[in-house]
Amino acid sequence: MFRRKRIAEILWTVIRTLIIVGICFVILRPLLTKIVSSFMMERDLYDQTVKWIPRTFTLDNYRAMIVHMKYWEALRNSFIFSFSIATLQLISCTLVGYGLARFKFRGSTLIFGLAIFTLIVPPQIINLPLYLNFRFFTIWGLLPEPGIDLLGSYWPFILMAISGTGFNNGLFIYIMRQFFKGSPKSLEEAAYIDGANPLQTFIRIMVPGAVPAFVIVFLFAFVWQWNDYFFTGMYMRGGVLLSHTLDVAASNYAYALGRQFTGQYISLLNNTGMILFILPLLILYALMQRYFIESIERTGLVG
Amino acid sequence: MKIQGRRRLSLKGREALSGYLFTLPFVIGFILMFLYPFLQSILFSLSELKITAEGYELIWVGLGNYHNALFVNAEYPRLLFETGVAMFRDVPLILIFSFFAAILLNQKFKGRLIARVIFFLPVIMGADIILRMESADYMSFFLDAGLVEETAAQTVFNRSQIVGLLMYLKLPEGLLTYIVQGSERISEIIRSSGIQILIFLAGLQSIPSSLYEVAKIEGATGWESFWMVTLPLLSPLIVTNIVYSIIDFFTAPSNELVNFIQDNTFGGAGYGVSMAMSWLYFVLVGIFLLLTAGLISRKVVYMD
Repeated sequence: MFRRKRIAEILWTVIRTLIIVGICFVILRPLLTKIVSSFMMERDLYDQTVKWIPRTFTLDNYRAMIVHMKYWEALRNSFIFSFSIATLQLISCTLVGYGLARFKFRGSTLIFGLAIFTLIVPPQIINLPLYLNFRFFTIWGLLPEPGIDLLGSYWPFILMAISGTGFNNGLFIYIMRQFFKGSPKSLEEAAYIDGANPLQTFIRIMVPGAVPAFVIVFLFAFVWQWNDYFFTGMYMRGGVLLSHTLDVAASNYAYALGRQFTGQYISLLNNTGMILFILPLLILYALMQRYFIESIERTGLVG
Repeated sequence: MKIQGRRRLSLKGREALSGYLFTLPFVIGFILMFLYPFLQSILFSLSELKITAEGYELIWVGLGNYHNALFVNAEYPRLLFETGVAMFRDVPLILIFSFFAAILLNQKFKGRLIARVIFFLPVIMGADIILRMESADYMSFFLDAGLVEETAAQTVFNRSQIVGLLMYLKLPEGLLTYIVQGSERISEIIRSSGIQILIFLAGLQSIPSSLYEVAKIEGATGWESFWMVTLPLLSPLIVTNIVYSIIDFFTAPSNELVNFIQDNTFGGAGYGVSMAMSWLYFVLVGIFLLLTAGLISRKVVYMD
């Protein structure tokens, strides 16, 4: 009896290891192919004997893509933009989430429902009207027609971030609300007895304890803003952001050289560009992963 | 004076006031940047829209745009149908996969931290720009052509693993074939499961270990405590994850229909028709969500 149990245990460990390694491989494979191919020479592409390992390692692809992605300028812009928007979203969603979690008032359930509702509606529905509102921005009727053209500026994103209506902000409000619901009330009550007002209590007592939830929300907000192509493409057409310079870099390079690239070579360059694009995120993730994974354990994302 | 004014409010009133103040930014933002364009889009879908340098004008056309989207447009009905079918195929697979992945990642083993870091990587790497570029990529074909043998070997490998696991769990055969077929789409499923794994994992960790101890003392096997403790306590999250997966599936930038509508908004069929397409799509999503959430939430167990 005991031995059978022991064998089953060993068997399970083996199976589990196989499954985990297999899944990790499936996840990492696209990244690995990109990394490997980014060091290839163009001629390696047409060489039947070259499969995984490039014949001659070269950094030419990186040099070319850094120039044609306007890498350093775009990197700086993307970083500042994503960092600011993520911070604004974090602040607004934390305030709203806290308000919903801690105070009883008429309509709080409705407001929470509306936050979830913003998640369910496909962005395509409100995109065009929103686009026109920002194109002819009259502060909803306060300014005379045709209003100001906010497109091409950061304003549409800032306005949406400070009001917690940016991309997936409903999810952040949900996460923060769940987090604050799960944290004990006694500290706040002590602060109230000491005469602090709700905002002071929130900033001094709740904020320091909410770091795990902040890590998750900030990381998501930052990554999603960094990766965004759809919204920045609509409201900020022509902005020098990495997600946009990446898209056109290979064809710019071909144009600069005055020649046509083959499909393989374009995707080789694109793969190199994608590595350059993901690299800052991977570094950020590597720096934050320990907090991130601990945070998952401590946030109680759960209803 | 100010302090006196505040004192006059009851405790309840003060609490309500704080609540309103904290949520005020969202309420304003919701009305101006969500509700207002949301209602406008209904109007747009019923009109012909003309954009000029000074603004835009609307010409009422009634249900013409809807008629156009459903009966005149050649692509739209087919894409709508295909997207619906694909959702029915993918969402259960994503759910099952993320559930098992979370259970695996919750167990104690060497290298667990690394495994978790890798499992959540797709959340970081799933940029729409990357998916967009990859879908038009030659390199993957090129490399895959050289890797046919390895890929085949790997699929078999994956299959046998999963079948092994399922046999171990004694699942019914029909379900087994479905999952085995699903394993062929495994990389896509894995890629879209990051957040769902995260939600399940957080849920697993919130189950108090005392419950398992009690179950053990009562003589429950691991299998029994999975069904009697883990599953019921995770059931609210199953609903959350179904809803999330459906939304994620319907709004994903790699979704063909989403791109089709987007292309039609700026060029193609025109503003009004594309708004009508969005609305039809949204209604379909809404019906799916209500049906699934309604059906499943009956079985949900809340621990309060």
